[in-house]
Amino acid sequence: MDKLLMTVAKRLGLGLFTLLVISLVIFLAVDMLPGDIATEILGQMATPEAVAAIRAELGLNLPIHERYLDWLGGLLQGDLGQSLATDRPVISLIDDRLMNTLYLAGLAALISVPLALGLGVLAALYRNTLVDRVVSVSSLAAISMPEFFIAYVLILFISVQLGWVPSLSKVDVDQSWLERLQLMILPAITLTFVTCAHMMRMTRATLINLLSSPYIEMARLKGLGPWRIIVRHTLPNAWAPIVNVVVMNIAYLITGVVVVEVVFVYPGLGQLMVDSVAKRDLPVVQAASLIFAATYILFNLIADVVSIVSNPKLLHPK
Amino acid sequence: MTSSKHLDRQARLGLISRRRFLKTTAAAGIVTAGAGTFAIPAFGTNSAPTPKRGGHFRLGLSRGSTTDGLDPAKYADVFMQSVGFAIHNYLTELTEDGDLVGELAENWEPAPDASRWVFRIRKGVTFHDGKPMTSADVVASFNHHRGEQSQSAAKGIVDPIESIETDGSHTVIFNLTAPNADFPAVTSDYHMAILPAKDGGVDYESGNGCGGYILERLEPGVEAVVTRNPSYWKSDRAWFDKVTFLAITDAAARTNALRTGQIDAMDRVDLKTVNLLKMDPNLMVNSVDSDQIYYFPMNTQAAPFSDNNVRLALKHAIDREDLVTRVLKGYGRVGNDHPIGGSYRYFADLPQRHYDPDKARHYLKKAGHDSLSVDLSTSSAVFTGAVDAAVLFKEHAAKAGININVRREPADGYWDNVWMKRPWSMSYSSPRVTEDWFFSQYYSADAAWNDTNWQNERFNTLLVQARAELDSDKRVQMYAEMQRLIHDQGGAVAPAFSAYVSAARNNVGHGKIAVNRDMDGNRIAERWWFKG
Repeated sequence: MDKLLMTVAKRLGLGLFTLLVISLVIFLAVDMLPGDIATEILGQMATPEAVAAIRAELGLNLPIHERYLDWLGGLLQGDLGQSLATDRPVISLIDDRLMNTLYLAGLAALISVPLALGLGVLAALYRNTLVDRVVSVSSLAAISMPEFFIAYVLILFISVQLGWVPSLSKVDVDQSWLERLQLMILPAITLTFVTCAHMMRMTRATLINLLSSPYIEMARLKGLGPWRIIVRHTLPNAWAPIVNVVVMNIAYLITGVVVVEVVFVYPGLGQLMVDSVAKRDLPVVQAASLIFAATYILFNLIADVVSIVSNPKLLHPK
Repeated sequence: MTSSKHLDRQARLGLISRRRFLKTTAAAGIVTAGAGTFAIPAFGTNSAPTPKRGGHFRLGLSRGSTTDGLDPAKYADVFMQSVGFAIHNYLTELTEDGDLVGELAENWEPAPDASRWVFRIRKGVTFHDGKPMTSADVVASFNHHRGEQSQSAAKGIVDPIESIETDGSHTVIFNLTAPNADFPAVTSDYHMAILPAKDGGVDYESGNGCGGYILERLEPGVEAVVTRNPSYWKSDRAWFDKVTFLAITDAAARTNALRTGQIDAMDRVDLKTVNLLKMDPNLMVNSVDSDQIYYFPMNTQAAPFSDNNVRLALKHAIDREDLVTRVLKGYGRVGNDHPIGGSYRYFADLPQRHYDPDKARHYLKKAGHDSLSVDLSTSSAVFTGAVDAAVLFKEHAAKAGININVRREPADGYWDNVWMKRPWSMSYSSPRVTEDWFFSQYYSADAAWNDTNWQNERFNTLLVQARAELDSDKRVQMYAEMQRLIHDQGGAVAPAFSAYVSAARNNVGHGKIAVNRDMDGNRIAERWWFKG
């Protein structure tokens, strides 16, 4: 167990270093984009004096390394800074948005993970039968369609024609839990379509691979039923690769849903980040990208820990 | 005002008679003004069905952004502009008929040479927090945009103000650096909201204003919610109990929300699907004939555009009707290579230039070319369909022996890196309240956005003279000559004016829709209502 803790600690340290590198890369990348917040705010109306005045007030005329160190210093004291565009603390812009994103990702994961694993098991059990083919083809078809297309089709039939749920998923804090669920269901289904196939294919492939190994043969010869073989003998050894794909998909649900947010007008974090990049609002871009990066790093770590716990051999690499 | 070719024509006829009407009234007004004070009636008459109070109006708007803020100096697009007109009042207002009337200003009068303007401020108006609005607030609000440290997008508008004085609590005097007969019009600009003075500056952060609605909350990029101001001084405006402005960037999402009844009105209908929208019996499509111009500015100081014959060749090499039909789907009308459209007071009805490849060749020859090959920079950032318009132009020009090489530039950073940087690019511009305003911003030699880099002495002289001229008949002549100069020698191919196309549910009522800006001059919250 000590070894596991050591591994986790090491990985967390490495993760922090990765975040630092990412923040630097993002800072440089946004700085290299044409224009800055001053020209973006004023747009076509920009006059040189007004642009210069905004730059001076926001400290954009300082050299880039000073601005970066300034920002980093604030971060180390737990201060994410002020949004350049709205003057509001970044944290207040982000908190509600982040919660919304996590809610949606959570709901989508709640639907898609069990569904994908179940379908994967089903397809593995009845491989090369009609069931397998239907599951495989339909999930591949779903993943091959762009998110916005799935979203529009769902809106057209379920919102516009049937009128079951609204087409705008504009959630806010005043709404009851049930209202929110109703508003979030279409984006969640869209995301399910997008992520399901990946997880289902991995489950199926891993299980099929294991099902052909000698110890499963043995179990079969002992006369065990197919479900018992899957649940008791195959799945424990299949967790590592499956969990990897599952957490990668959950990370995607948190970080990659901008298109879905735009189509459903869902107030998540992705839209905030895209807008802020367009307006060169660096503190917001930095905060959002750090959250996204940390999500990936943490989920990777979780995947590894789960793999190790399910297969202690991994703690002692040869 | 649903649009069809027939109705458009009628509307245009209407515009023309209104222009004549305005010319005469403006002349009368100015003459009286020169002699003394002229009072402005509180509001234009509303000929539409009787409005009704109440209801929660939900408006889906295209250009909301997470970087929006409450500072009027930085209002970016239709979202914050519409919120601004809901929570704030302005010194003057441009009515749906295009007349300039007083809002917080009761009346105004120029000194004899129009370089000094005295505004009398309405008494008894209070801010949302109960503080009375006085001349000190007006001065602070204008100073917010002025000075060396100004971060305002409206800095160019207030630059001609040399100083502002007050005379008592309800008189404000603007001293201008040069005579300007049109000065009152600039006070109706969406940046120039009257804000409460506070600590030597203004308080814009709270959203406190004199407008018909009180700001409840603004969540940038998501929504703004306002409720009716119970002590609003206008009894015949701001009909809704509550208005929610929703930021819905995606055109399909806006359309779906309108069809499912989640919003009551939306801006910027997708022209590709507008016919489907028209088939829905619960909806109405509103197309207003605006003077928003789509144009192709050439740098007149750079070869080959420095030769006016080349410019004329290109102006004859575009099929304007085809562009309006195919890119604007009929929601617009042909332009005539100058930016002044039918809704302006001094619109000069010059002979319409048409597609004529032979004439284009003729001018090309005069310029010493047998054929011509030029780069045209464009981007989707300019307007929806801008790239299509460029490609269509290429097809038209090919028949005149002109090869236009369409360069598609990234939307991000277009206004910074491409526009006014490349010799030939694309642009658009919203109408301005006055001709002078437009010319001073885009055509005078030292204008910040002289995107054709045009240096025409006669034009520049006329511009200054006309600005100071109080005699309306003389102004008509002067502005007509300026338009002819741009039409014949200017550096922009200006083929089309685009309409503002919005949609609403049938239970929404409104009067005549203003043409000066999108969404009823951005004043939709104040002017519209729910039918019974």
